[in-house]
Amino acid sequence: MKIEILMPAMSPSMTEGNLTKWFVKVGDFLRVGDPIAEIETDKAAMDVESDSEGTVIELLVEQGQEKIGIKTPIAVIDTNTEKLKGKLFTNTIDDQSATKIKKEEVKITKSTDQGSQTTVREAIRDALAEEMRLDSDVFVMGEEVAEYQGAYKVTQGLLQEFGPSRIIDTPITENGFTGIAIGASFSGLKPVVEFMTFNFSLQAMDHIINSAAKTLYMGGGQLNCPIVFRGPNGAAARVAAQHSQDLTAWFSHIPGLKVISPYTVNDHKGLLKAAIRDPNPVIFLENEILYGDVGKVSLKDDEIIPIGKANILREGMDITLISHSINLRLCEEVADILIKEKITCEIVDLRTIKPLDKNTIVKSIKKTNKCVVVEQGWSQSGVSSEIISVIMEEAFDWLDAPVVRLTGKEVPMPYAENLEKMALPSKEELIKAIKNIL
Amino acid sequence: MTKKPLNKKSSNLTKKQMMEAYEKMLLIRRFEEKAGQSYGLGKIGGFCHLYIGQEAVVVGLQMCIEKKDQVITTYRDHGHMLACGMNPNGVMSELYGRIDGYSKGKGGSMHMFSKDSNFFGGHGIVGASVPLGTGLAFSNKYKNNNAVTLTYFGDGAANQGQVYESFNMAKLWNLPCIYIIENNRYAMGTSVQRSSAQKDLSQRGVSFGIDGEQVDGMNIESVIEAGKRAVQKTRSNEGPYILEMLTYRYRGHSMSDPAQYRSRDEVKEVRDFSDPIENLKNKIISKKFSTEEEIKKINTEIKNIVDLSAEFAAESPFPPADELFKDIYI
Ligand SMILES: Cc1ncc(C[n+]2csc(CCOP(=O)(O)OP(=O)(O)O)c2C)c(N)n1
Ligand SMILES: [Mg+2]
Repeated sequence: MKIEILMPAMSPSMTEGNLTKWFVKVGDFLRVGDPIAEIETDKAAMDVESDSEGTVIELLVEQGQEKIGIKTPIAVIDTNTEKLKGKLFTNTIDDQSATKIKKEEVKITKSTDQGSQTTVREAIRDALAEEMRLDSDVFVMGEEVAEYQGAYKVTQGLLQEFGPSRIIDTPITENGFTGIAIGASFSGLKPVVEFMTFNFSLQAMDHIINSAAKTLYMGGGQLNCPIVFRGPNGAAARVAAQHSQDLTAWFSHIPGLKVISPYTVNDHKGLLKAAIRDPNPVIFLENEILYGDVGKVSLKDDEIIPIGKANILREGMDITLISHSINLRLCEEVADILIKEKITCEIVDLRTIKPLDKNTIVKSIKKTNKCVVVEQGWSQSGVSSEIISVIMEEAFDWLDAPVVRLTGKEVPMPYAENLEKMALPSKEELIKAIKNIL
Repeated sequence: MTKKPLNKKSSNLTKKQMMEAYEKMLLIRRFEEKAGQSYGLGKIGGFCHLYIGQEAVVVGLQMCIEKKDQVITTYRDHGHMLACGMNPNGVMSELYGRIDGYSKGKGGSMHMFSKDSNFFGGHGIVGASVPLGTGLAFSNKYKNNNAVTLTYFGDGAANQGQVYESFNMAKLWNLPCIYIIENNRYAMGTSVQRSSAQKDLSQRGVSFGIDGEQVDGMNIESVIEAGKRAVQKTRSNEGPYILEMLTYRYRGHSMSDPAQYRSRDEVKEVRDFSDPIENLKNKIISKKFSTEEEIKKINTEIKNIVDLSAEFAAESPFPPADELFKDIYI
């Protein structure tokens, strides 16, 4: 029987890929699971494995062919069978295994110049590299940050430039390595701790709150903790309740912590540099879905973006939309739609959640007199609750309508595609919320 | 404490046992291949951790326990569920995010449960299954029901602090818990070599007085032999026990794994020489317990079950909107 092998989706976000290398030729026998080709996606290069057994009778795409859509047939095999030999399993780990692999060209960290286009992922990497070049006390620690080049490829190339004493792979022991990094910061080092995702920071919450945030105060100002905790936060695609949640409000509740949640490429770079230089513990919340976003770096060399300053992402007259991180994308999309109806939205990008830039918020309210706050996190005791309180306290007299919030639904994140969509704020909901108060 | 040698003499399984083991392992293998395929077609999303290569561990141990005993594991859980007797249609539907899935489509690959089958999940946080499993064992002791708990976790999870807090209490309170460390050599891209000071994970209970042994987890007979011994000890009130299962995962950690941390030759060597299913099949045939012909028939039947599960899942409806707010409280 002839079977077509299709271009697979190798990650939830993949739509197409490049076939960089064939491992098989016509006539080769394949078993299920044998690697047949190397595919390059926006994230990484990966092997496609055969999902059937048989002989290759045709290769349908050329080696080097680019932008092959998922589900496109790439090879044809004819199914038949073959016998296998048995041998005792010893499970001695071959230490050389990894080094036997033909080492791929590692793209060495070259900082993106002012004015150039880059991704959020690279902007974060550049900020890390630049600060590490400036200050030998800065080091990176976390799971898969070094040899694997980052679970989301954010630390790509850093091991090659800075070596294993400054780019440090840890075992899966969040509470332990968080405590160790905080301890190191007490005696002057400046650790940047990567949580593979912020979901796993929950394992280390005690150290973040009880050791990092409070020690300066408890010691009457003697011992500070210059540390950055960074990694992706918020909903990812289809990974369900334990791996998909926005913890911004959790951290913003704690005196002693600073909390940053950037959106643009430039802000990722400038604010991470500021976070590393800050003498306090800083929580730097990234978003997996934003990593591939492309934008301009307008920062000059050595320039930073100050912590605690919001940004007017777009000016408008009719209503203020306040948000942070990925939900600003939603705000921009909605603003684009409403402009056709002659409604202009002013969009406030909070950038820093703690300390909150009350001035920028109040100023915008005074201008538009109406406001919707958008966040992905749960509504009770959320970031928007705080912002609405600030507006009530400091801008009540300028309001023409009650401030409303659009938040994630108060449910653990469901896996099913349709329910996941419903759990998150949508364009339709935001347009409705805006029109309700206009 | 004495360390047991690897690969004790074979346990001489009966024909019936061998055939049962073969069919169950094959079901898991084919099911996982189908899941991988469906992921490539975009029918399954998010994380999807396949159990291919490790089948002998869960099938062998399941053959050592009784219906009243409990099982709990990590996110790499499809094999455990099938071994526990859960319905492939229900598991596949959950992977598809459909209403007929074990979690009504709300849990996905990493979060499935079946009270009927005494399967307590499916846990996405590395290390979490260990105290939870210890708690199940606590309940058995509390209720004095003579049931034991199989608590599975990975070599990477074995470094989490909560594992050792659990070991201490399990021994202190003499809980009927069997800790199964599925050592497949890697935690994502980190080998045991690079993450562990004590690399013999079976000895991780030493300072708590918990005995353990390393077992060839690619050989179903070794698994069953060690499993029986462990269950017997634990059930007769000797307290917790550790089985380190030496095994191997053929596929990437999850679906998008560039796998730069190991060579293709390493994977190929294990698959060529140590495959638990292929080796058992050869044994079955050399012992004349079955014929190539019959084995082929079994393969076709199992492929059928798996194909049907995918068809069933594809036809199952998405969960209705009101499911979004259900099951948060009782
Ligand atoms: C607390 C926590 N940290 C990190 C992760 C991300 N993660 C998921 S699986 C995994 C590797 C676990 O390896 P191992 O325990 O050996 O199990 P295996 O995947 O090999 O079955 C990691 C780091 C997680 N899910 N939970
Ligand atoms: Mg492992």
